[in-house]
Amino acid sequence: MLYYTLKRLALAALVALTVSFISFGLLYLSSDPAIAMAGETASDADIEAIRQLYGFDRPILVQYFDWLQRAAAGDLGKSYYFRTDVSALIGERLPTTMTLGVCAITFAILLSVPLGVAAAIRPNSLVDRIALFLSVMGQALPSFWFALMLIVFLSVSLRLLPTSGSDTWLHFVMPTVVLGYYAAPAIMRLTRTGMLEVLSTDYIRTARAKGLRPPVVLFKHALRNAIIPVVSLAAVQFGFMLGGSIVVETIFALHGAGFLAWESITRNDLPTVQGLILVFSLFYIVLTFFADLINAWLDPRIRIK
Amino acid sequence: MSSGSTVTTTVTKASIYTRFTGHQGVMIGAFIVLAIVLVALLAPLLAPHDPYQQNLLARLIPPVWDSRGSWDHVLGTDHLGRDYLSRLIYGARISLLIGFGAALISGLIGTVMGVMAGYFGGRVDMVVTFLITVRLSMPVVLVALAVVAIVGGSLQVVITVLGLLLWDRFAVVMRSSTLQIRSMDYVAAAQAVGCSTKRILMTEIMPNVVNNLIVIATLEMAHAIILEAALSFLGLGVQPPLPSWGLMVSEGKDMMLFEAWLITIPGVALFLLVLAINLMGDGVRDITAPENRN
Repeated sequence: MLYYTLKRLALAALVALTVSFISFGLLYLSSDPAIAMAGETASDADIEAIRQLYGFDRPILVQYFDWLQRAAAGDLGKSYYFRTDVSALIGERLPTTMTLGVCAITFAILLSVPLGVAAAIRPNSLVDRIALFLSVMGQALPSFWFALMLIVFLSVSLRLLPTSGSDTWLHFVMPTVVLGYYAAPAIMRLTRTGMLEVLSTDYIRTARAKGLRPPVVLFKHALRNAIIPVVSLAAVQFGFMLGGSIVVETIFALHGAGFLAWESITRNDLPTVQGLILVFSLFYIVLTFFADLINAWLDPRIRIK
Repeated sequence: MSSGSTVTTTVTKASIYTRFTGHQGVMIGAFIVLAIVLVALLAPLLAPHDPYQQNLLARLIPPVWDSRGSWDHVLGTDHLGRDYLSRLIYGARISLLIGFGAALISGLIGTVMGVMAGYFGGRVDMVVTFLITVRLSMPVVLVALAVVAIVGGSLQVVITVLGLLLWDRFAVVMRSSTLQIRSMDYVAAAQAVGCSTKRILMTEIMPNVVNNLIVIATLEMAHAIILEAALSFLGLGVQPPLPSWGLMVSEGKDMMLFEAWLITIPGVALFLLVLAINLMGDGVRDITAPENRN
């Protein structure tokens, strides 16, 4: 287990390093960041001054290592637009996004795991068909459009929920549903196939044959084994969700990191964009690292390979 | 896989045909996709008006089912008086172009990477798996938005950016299917008689992984179409005045509380297209490789 952990940790570190290089390199996709920063009315002298002030005149690799060194110490530079530290800015916005992410993944799991189990118990039944219908719908609904339709019907026609802001828990209901429904189909399908597979194994037949009550067989014997891959999928989905929250947060004006991403992208605030890509990626890397460890711990075959 | 290779000798073209026509999902999906493709191809003939023609005197006319609507503009007009039906019809071209273009680019990248990793294994596999992990760690929407914002939004840029971002699933699936095929006896036989690597890859491996490739290509096409709509909706995708469905939703958003049809119509079109493509992809997978669900 220790060997596996170390190996996995080395991989995570290497991935993080590569991601940091890519998110740094994004800045250089624009012809010259100094021109972008200075704005349209700047003179050549202004641009040159900015170039020297921010060190854009140095070789790219030197700039990268300089940036990386400071990023490792938690300093992601200064935002061009907000004129404050990027790390402080992200730190301030992250709790809202985390709250949304946790609510959404909880909603997704609560919706999809019971449905997946019910569908697997009776394949081709009405429940199975409803589950299939919900998952096919979920995959085809564009989340931004789903969000707008919810606003039109729940907030405006029925006046049930607030449309924008993040003041009360009611503000989180619609974003949670939109983001959670987006992640639900994959989790439900995996739960269903996992359960179907486990339910057809010999040890389940044995458990049934020796007269155990159906709920015990179902939950203690079957679900426990079927849920292992679902745990890692849920972790992955949680990571994707934080990245995907940008659309949902923008629509509901939820002032989290996703909204910050949209604000900084539309304002050409490159250090903030860089910082956000880095933070979101690192979060995903850490998340999958722990998910893999949990999996290896639950299933010894993984760590021996 | 082993059962699949013995069955192929008995499968006739007719039975493949009935397997496809007997599958409800595939038939419904194929019908809708075909209809939308036809509409996109015949757009100049079908569209009643010029999709870019503005008419400030005929702004925000509701669709024909509304009492204020008229048959002249069946789906009404937008905030600049442009015929909504015509824009919707031309918008199909953009969505399909994005879907095909992005799936083509990402399919090419992902297939080359996945097949190489699966066939050669060792170092090649390590590098490819590493690249897949790196790609998965980067948030797609955020990176796509940032790149489009920096480079500037246009149809070509959006297709390229999505193509360069969505290859991960191709690589993962192609890698695992190649890994399975590589250990088959017929591949060992081809190697034993001294076939070149290129020949083995092209005539032994590719024909046997192409089913999975088609499935992933359809699903990624749908994925790209949804992402384009989201990017355009956020104002960082296809630029006005192009009639992208995502852009139409975005333009109608400010008036959605009074004129809900402005966002309902393009949204339903988007939903139908993505649903149909997914139904086709899922169906093809059910028929050709039922063991690969999920």
